[in-house]
Amino acid sequence: MNIHEYQTKELLRGYGVSVPDGRVTHNVDNAVAIAEDLSGERWVVKAQIHAGGRGKGGGVKVASSLDEVRQFTDEMIGMQLVTPQTGAEGRLVQRVLVEQACDIKKEYYLGLVIDRATQRITVIASASGGMNIEEVAKTDPDRVIREAVDPAIGLAGFQCRKIAAKIGLRGKQISEASKLMQALYKCFREKDALLAEINPLAELADGKLMALDAKMSFDSNAMYRRPTITELRDFDEEDSKEVEATAHGLNYIALDGNVGCIVNGAGLAMATMDSISFHGGKPANFLDVGGGASPEKVGNAFRIVLQDPNVKIILVNIFAGINRCDWIAEGLVQAMRDQEISIPIVVRLAGTNVEKGTPILEASGFPFIMADNLDDAATRVMATLEASA
Amino acid sequence: MSVFVHKHSRVIIQGFTGQHATFHAEESMQHGTTVVGGVTPGKGGQEHLGLPVFDTVSQAVAETGADVSGIFVPPPFAADAIMEALEAGIGVIVVIADGIPVQDMVKVKRYAADKNAIIIGPNTPGIITPDACKVGIMPSHIYSPGRIGVVSRSGTLNYEAVQQMSELGMGQTTSVGIGGDPVNGTDFVTVLQAFEEDPETEAVIMIGEIGGPQEVEAARWAKENMSKPVVGFVAGVSAPPGRRMGHAGAIISGEADTANAKMDLMEELGVHVVRNPALIGETAKRVFS
Repeated sequence: MNIHEYQTKELLRGYGVSVPDGRVTHNVDNAVAIAEDLSGERWVVKAQIHAGGRGKGGGVKVASSLDEVRQFTDEMIGMQLVTPQTGAEGRLVQRVLVEQACDIKKEYYLGLVIDRATQRITVIASASGGMNIEEVAKTDPDRVIREAVDPAIGLAGFQCRKIAAKIGLRGKQISEASKLMQALYKCFREKDALLAEINPLAELADGKLMALDAKMSFDSNAMYRRPTITELRDFDEEDSKEVEATAHGLNYIALDGNVGCIVNGAGLAMATMDSISFHGGKPANFLDVGGGASPEKVGNAFRIVLQDPNVKIILVNIFAGINRCDWIAEGLVQAMRDQEISIPIVVRLAGTNVEKGTPILEASGFPFIMADNLDDAATRVMATLEASA
Repeated sequence: MSVFVHKHSRVIIQGFTGQHATFHAEESMQHGTTVVGGVTPGKGGQEHLGLPVFDTVSQAVAETGADVSGIFVPPPFAADAIMEALEAGIGVIVVIADGIPVQDMVKVKRYAADKNAIIIGPNTPGIITPDACKVGIMPSHIYSPGRIGVVSRSGTLNYEAVQQMSELGMGQTTSVGIGGDPVNGTDFVTVLQAFEEDPETEAVIMIGEIGGPQEVEAARWAKENMSKPVVGFVAGVSAPPGRRMGHAGAIISGEADTANAKMDLMEELGVHVVRNPALIGETAKRVFS
């Protein structure tokens, strides 16, 4: 689960991390009032969406007058902001963060992740701030410092000092950076984060350190015990079909092809998409109906997949372990009847109760295209698409 | 032989009296598994499925000599249940739960560091040595005894591969689901090592997914340490970066995380890579004959 930059900064401020003075708003007049209130001569207006690379799309601007604050806010609110992470359609900007601008001497990177390799919370730091850290790791790996944290001990002071020294901080900055790292680690642990990133961590003209941009994402499996984070969820930032799918216990991700996929299990769902791609097709979505799929759940899966107007054919691929093919088949027939589905449906059933499921489909009178196995299913999908083209 | 579980394994079920646990314990017993009891705190002293119920894992181990545990408790309580099994000296712990907080697993891994135990999962269909011992939720009828070891992150894709093998007359020594979570109990290397040491296993099928360095690490280890051939597939060629594909671990967060990047590297390291998931069985047949 992701939250906005302004929410992350608010959260981190509570842990003692220095962030610029600023406030968020939905409208232009307020933005100007905030800037006036903050005083100073320069302000930063930042579009609040859940995607990175905002500066590249015109979502971060430095204003040198109140008129510019007004102008930039007016441009940003309501715009479809396109960044390298949003896709071509961009994301609607509903609010901006207005902050006091700072005099930056140097930019660093500081992040915490759960590292797959060490299987531990790991601090990542670099003197190359403001850039994409993965890019730095690739082109100049020596400039990326990694320090894994022993979960039984927590992030130790000496580790923080070591990291600070390695990225070139000096004097008072070392203890300041250590405090900042400890605060970030505490927040990470207490809020069940998966990622916390301060990029850039700025060294100001007076030598002080400040988190100019901050990003956190959280473990949705742990949100049952983190109600204050759950409240920060912004449904406007999520695909409505994905939100609806989650509410029905389905796992759905929209893609840009035309072959709708309804599968059980994440691995098989990916392999089904791969199989379609292998045969030259393009999947319209990832959809995992999960275990114990009832006929209702299957019906909901169809409804969500069919909301995508690009879908020209649907492939249902079920390998039932916990699931039962007869239930899935009943759900399929019911969906055909209730939703008056007119596009072709290719079905591959295997596993538990397949001997009961197939006859249900055959007896239904609907023109299901039955497939024997995964390869056959993908082949039939492509042949059917070609025939109707 | 087989790896991790076999016909002499003595299995307990944690969360024994729950609905799913009950169903799958019965299925396991029908498949020939020696289930010796279970644990449900507060129900110690009762009987369930004709077997004793204990309040704690330690009691169950002392009374039954159990050496394997299948954990069926819900995700919020699963980490604690794993540590309880570790503390009681259980050697193989199978964790079915899907949705354990990642930081809970980070703690569990630390706790497990000095215990000599194998944790299978979480978020796994479990482990099966066909006709001898099944701890998990997989449809046992598709598995049959044979000479090939199977290890996968995904459950249903494991079924898919096994079905393709069965249609070509190939059976399994043991099939292990290591689970779809980013921090999990056992990695591919540990399982490959066990298959390499198992005299009955002649070859291994390794099925991975996008996200994380595990598959390539395993291929690197296999190149240096394995005499047996490995067939490999990585799901998610068509997955977009930055989107979590169902499993918490299945997300492309860097270039090395993509399915194609992993498969290219695995191929360079000598793994027989299958690019079309429908041909896992056929490739295995070709490589192993």
